[in-house]
Amino acid sequence: MNKHNKNFEASLSRRQVMVGALGMTFAIALGGRADAAVLTGERIGQTFSPWVSIAPDGTITIMSAATEMGQGSMTSLPLIIAEELDADWSKVRIVPAPPIDTIYGNPGFGGMMYTAGSNAVTSYYIPLRTMGAQVRRVLLDNAARKLGVPVEELVTEPSVVVHAKSGRKLSYGDIAAIAEIPAKAPEIKPDQLKKPSQFRLIGKDVMRVELPTKVNGSAQYGIDIQVPGMLYGTVLRAPIEGSVPNKIDDAKAKAIDGVTSVVRLPHGVGVVAQTAWAAFAGRQALLDAVTWTRTGTAWGFDSDKGHDAFAASAKNLKEAARDWSAQGNARGEIQKAANLVEAEYRCDYAYHAQMEPLNAVASVSAAGDTVEIWAGTQSQTTATEAPAKLLGIPRDRVKLHDLLMGGGFGRRGNRDVDFIVDAVMLSKEIGKPVKVMWTREDDVHNGRFRPLSAHYLRAGFDPAGKLTTWHHRVAADRITPFMDPVRFQAGGGRDGMVMAGTDVRGYDIPHQLVEQLYRDTGVRTNPLRGIGVTANKFATEAFMDELAYKRGVDPLAFRLELLKGTPRAQKVVERVAQMAEWGKKREGRALGLAYIDYSGSQVAGIAEVSLNRATGQIKVHNFWCAIDCGVAIQPDNIVAQTEGSIVYGLGMTMSERISIKNGAVEQSNFYDYSLPRMNEVPEMHVELIQTDNHPTGAGQMSTPLIAPAVSSAFAALTGVRLRHTPFTPERVLAALKV
Amino acid sequence: MATNFIVNGKPAKTDAPSATPLLWVIREDLKLTGTKFGCGTGLCGACMVHIDGKRAFSCQTQVSEVAGKSITTIEGLSPDSSHKLQKAWLAESVPQCGYCQSGQIMSAADLLKNNPKPTREQIVQHMSTNICRCGTYKRIVRAVERASKEA
Repeated sequence: MNKHNKNFEASLSRRQVMVGALGMTFAIALGGRADAAVLTGERIGQTFSPWVSIAPDGTITIMSAATEMGQGSMTSLPLIIAEELDADWSKVRIVPAPPIDTIYGNPGFGGMMYTAGSNAVTSYYIPLRTMGAQVRRVLLDNAARKLGVPVEELVTEPSVVVHAKSGRKLSYGDIAAIAEIPAKAPEIKPDQLKKPSQFRLIGKDVMRVELPTKVNGSAQYGIDIQVPGMLYGTVLRAPIEGSVPNKIDDAKAKAIDGVTSVVRLPHGVGVVAQTAWAAFAGRQALLDAVTWTRTGTAWGFDSDKGHDAFAASAKNLKEAARDWSAQGNARGEIQKAANLVEAEYRCDYAYHAQMEPLNAVASVSAAGDTVEIWAGTQSQTTATEAPAKLLGIPRDRVKLHDLLMGGGFGRRGNRDVDFIVDAVMLSKEIGKPVKVMWTREDDVHNGRFRPLSAHYLRAGFDPAGKLTTWHHRVAADRITPFMDPVRFQAGGGRDGMVMAGTDVRGYDIPHQLVEQLYRDTGVRTNPLRGIGVTANKFATEAFMDELAYKRGVDPLAFRLELLKGTPRAQKVVERVAQMAEWGKKREGRALGLAYIDYSGSQVAGIAEVSLNRATGQIKVHNFWCAIDCGVAIQPDNIVAQTEGSIVYGLGMTMSERISIKNGAVEQSNFYDYSLPRMNEVPEMHVELIQTDNHPTGAGQMSTPLIAPAVSSAFAALTGVRLRHTPFTPERVLAALKV
Repeated sequence: MATNFIVNGKPAKTDAPSATPLLWVIREDLKLTGTKFGCGTGLCGACMVHIDGKRAFSCQTQVSEVAGKSITTIEGLSPDSSHKLQKAWLAESVPQCGYCQSGQIMSAADLLKNNPKPTREQIVQHMSTNICRCGTYKRIVRAVERASKEA
């Protein structure tokens, strides 16, 4: 049963009072990136933002470095500190950390504050535990001094230091009131951290701190903010990236009651109004009243034709490609293969569809030298950096209130924060605070999609029937250079977000070659839950299934044989097969299996499907999933994230499709971009396998299982392979006719 | 012309043009921001409220249509988060991002009001009006079932 922590609602206002509060504060920069990589503490007049502060009343305030979009990091990161600190969780307050990269930056993203990649827990785990242990050690040392006993005789219970010999106790609050802070942080060696068997909080399922606010309407998202004197803004955005407004006829928009101004922006036309509804009406009135320059790469692009071209290039081995990864000598060995199998796969563009349309509130000062921003963002770094650049001011003149996100899924982390800057632009222009809201249509038309991709795969078997060679060519629209040119440069020009998941980690295949055919259609792209892994694992895992059939081997046995050297992988695959009763015959239904090593997390899934042969409609009845992501900080939350990942993967597998005609997005809203509803989701059976391995991610690892599992179940049922996601009824019927 | 109505048991008034969707009056004028904007087309259910005791998409309801009517939003479902659905939602740890959950709870409350002991199929059918992009459907079913078992 969840423990209830009531400390979230009060916590946001604590940020102001905390600075200068009595008690202890601690700040440690992670990963040695700053000179200040030492413990510092001050009683009064704290100027350095702390991770942890302890007030004389025992309240422990912990900064949340990760932003919250439903994945639970706002709870799990502070929980990791609290574990080693041995804090009484009921006395912990959690506060969003300010945008100071050197203190709070994510070690997994080169120190920028960025919540993505399902890597918050995995990257912060050891640094935060170490810091929690350091703070505890300082408390112990102070208690030893106060009690006049050797520190070795002291132990801690939640928020209390205990001297067992004399029966004396000091609460953390008592110690905070008298503590002396050492100039240098005490050294904590890895073996001084708790053993998993000693955990009081990790693995025990505390209630996520913000949950109570999410059942009574009090949770605050960016879109809920109002500030005094605020006006409302909308932006009619360029239909094609790179276009700018040409002629603007603003007469109709300006005639709408409540519209105060129409503003030419670099990327669109802004409307400012006294009410939200007038701002929306003003945007609507501009629809036929703006012409656009024919600039930008995507003009004329047609995604169906483009997809055919991608696929032809991927298959044409003479067409230039760049080696993405190689092992052994795949080019040579494939020539010698006794048996060669080839296949093609395709994935369409897909849209994030976070439920909260993009929005932000910005208030630029009259002099233009400071700005206050209220927004939900996956990156406090980019959310402050881009506005600072725009206004030509230092980053510390940007005050960010990072709020809960109504979904992120990768949409709210791009370097240019397109969902924040137009509020800044409009506020600067009119000299008042502005709340800019995107309509759902804006959110779709100006989405940043999971890219279009085409995959050509070849596999070679030796005369004994062993799979020896693997060759995968991916032609896909770029992501990283578009969504984050800074990271692209820093990463040596490699587009990992597109190519992730092309590896076949875990499988024993001696010769492997993966090639990238870099494509830039001009269409807007971003990481999207599962990033490249979703497309690439559809290709590799469905192909793995085809290879098993070609060899006349059961797909489960085929994988287990190849996974022999990878016990953790074997375990999830064996377990999910047991859960689904793999060998059992089913009337009118069949099973399909997929396995993935996703950033170290081991996941395996099985889909059970049936087919309506008249309509082409596939039904997924059951989905079984086993996941081993190492130490489970919040086990039930990992299960919840896995359930959510399955539903998300189901959408991209069955119905979700963005198409581009003449450079523009064809879909508009949920009537032509169809998301899974309750009556479309299968029974989900998720089993968490807890191990003592370093914790790895859970937020998206199961999403890429669905497409290959459903494709393989369909193949088992019909003998026909589905090769193009989503598996719409039209495509299913077409595949059956061939 | 002003429109008068009742929100969460209290009289409310707006001067918004009569075609303004109720959603925006609730959120921006009355500052009851628990009711959410999701699609503006009555397809996602994030904006679900009760009008005279029945669920309704507030984004599809013009303010002129609610003159004299009584509206309940998530903030008015209970004074202290004590509605059995709200308790069940926490017991099952339903919300992830939470953005759709006000609408989900308002839809579920409408179901239980008319059908206190729904079958699983009835729950699924009724709740399929509401989209949850985080994919919390399984837990929503469990929470509705839990609440329906409470006296």
